[in-house]
Amino acid sequence: MREHLTEASYLAASVLFIFGLRSLTRPDRARRGMQQAAVGMLLAICGTLINYQIVDYKWIAAGLVIGALIGYPLGMWVPTTALPQRIAISLSFGALASVLVGVAEYYSVFHGGEGELASARMAALGFEVLLGSLTVTGALVACGKLQEWLPSKPMTYRGQNFVNFVLFALAVVLLITVIVRPEMAAPFYAMIALAAVLGVLMVLPIGGADMPVVVALLNSYCGLAAAATGFAIGNSILIISGALDGASGFLLSVLMSKAMNRSFANVLFGAFGGETTPAVGAGGDALPVRSVSAEDAAIQLAYAQRVIIVPGYGMAVAQAQHQVRELAELIEKRGGEVKYAIHPVAGRMPGHMNVLLAEANVPYDRLYDMDEINGEFPQTDVALVIGANDVVNPAARDDTSSPIYGMPILDVDRAKSVIVLKRGMATGFAGIENALFHAPATSMLFGDAKASLTKLVSEVKAA
Amino acid sequence: MLILQLYVFVLAAFVGYMVITRVPPLLHTPLMSATNAISGISLVGSMVAAGAHRGTVATILGFIAVICATTNIVGGFLITDRMLKMFRRDPHEPKSPTAPSKKES
Repeated sequence: MREHLTEASYLAASVLFIFGLRSLTRPDRARRGMQQAAVGMLLAICGTLINYQIVDYKWIAAGLVIGALIGYPLGMWVPTTALPQRIAISLSFGALASVLVGVAEYYSVFHGGEGELASARMAALGFEVLLGSLTVTGALVACGKLQEWLPSKPMTYRGQNFVNFVLFALAVVLLITVIVRPEMAAPFYAMIALAAVLGVLMVLPIGGADMPVVVALLNSYCGLAAAATGFAIGNSILIISGALDGASGFLLSVLMSKAMNRSFANVLFGAFGGETTPAVGAGGDALPVRSVSAEDAAIQLAYAQRVIIVPGYGMAVAQAQHQVRELAELIEKRGGEVKYAIHPVAGRMPGHMNVLLAEANVPYDRLYDMDEINGEFPQTDVALVIGANDVVNPAARDDTSSPIYGMPILDVDRAKSVIVLKRGMATGFAGIENALFHAPATSMLFGDAKASLTKLVSEVKAA
Repeated sequence: MLILQLYVFVLAAFVGYMVITRVPPLLHTPLMSATNAISGISLVGSMVAAGAHRGTVATILGFIAVICATTNIVGGFLITDRMLKMFRRDPHEPKSPTAPSKKES
């Protein structure tokens, strides 16, 4: 009877999880759907607590309390600008849980536990701890880079890919060894340690702007590790949730790579922009740059009919989203129309800009994806670029010799005029000169994005 | 048993793929935190490890796993809800015919 109740709770939870994810296709229904998914989670937990295998509740209760105490601040107090590292650290937690369950399972089988390890089960277990361990350290490094505890620049050395490949091959050999000879403990634990090292080495060479792909990929690994746990302990809800998680991470990382016109392999092994490659066309002649004062830029904005705002990572760093919204409201009050153009890889994780702007009370029907808005730039009076660089570089569209050629961009250069808010003339992440900044229709407003926007707001008010 | 599990895995991955392709880029960050919260379901495995009396080592490992998984569940669902609460429509959307209303996807 009890087993049936447990199974029923798992079934209900699976259905609620899928409904929850489905609700995310509609912003107005998403909140409700995710609350139902949370109910599903509660059902699954209760269903497990009545499991006949569980005889001692004190450690479970203690773990639940401590976990909730850590989880609450991670859910409620983390600022939206820190979301990428917040997600990365929780990927690490999730993978760690998988690894620990795997090790506990392995350990108890050989220390007075019941049953034996058939090769299929051992394969699932080995896969679980291998992938899990890699994700634990990989996600920690990603988190460190996003938080800038570690340099966000790619760290590379000669023969790096070769070393990683050898280590990976070694890990696979160990995996095969433990599948064939499950009773040998040394290869099992060596494999976990090796995977942990590999996780660090794989993420270290990847630069800050490639983090959307890495975080999505780690998300996928974390899901696959959870699914493997399900295979190892024969639990279908773990398999289902892990598969959902894995599919989501995989899909997002494909979308992100596509938005950068790069393959997985290129992101993982390319160490894009590692060395300071000499800028294309840097022949020594200083290209003309038209700098503009906040007053002049404000007048341009105040009398514009159609304005498109293009936010980038620079806006997130300066935490200027509230000033952006204030400026947009002023322009709207004067009769102009303001839209926001969001590039898929703007920011440090998929969809990051949307959350930042939503937090600043920008209605989501003003946020447009690249494909939706690109056709509108020619009719736009002013395109206001805030801390974005490579995603608006026309070389990606026009210059076949450019390293970023082929990457889909926002066609900002087709707007009637462009104002770029930027700290200085430094090149973007890819280290490539941006012709947009030298175009005749472009004026540059140098300075910190937040300070510049505050000035613009007061000037537009006065205009 | 294994074949049955594989069926479940493949079908779930397929359903996940179908559902998630329809999530607009607007909600990709909440999607990530949502799948993160859902992956906290490894708590069910952790609880068995922590409470099934399989020796001290298994209990301790299970205990830490319970903490990790609970952190993800509580933190994940809370932060997803917090984000989704922020997304709202324009209350006084100007009904101008020129402005294309954003398609519902």
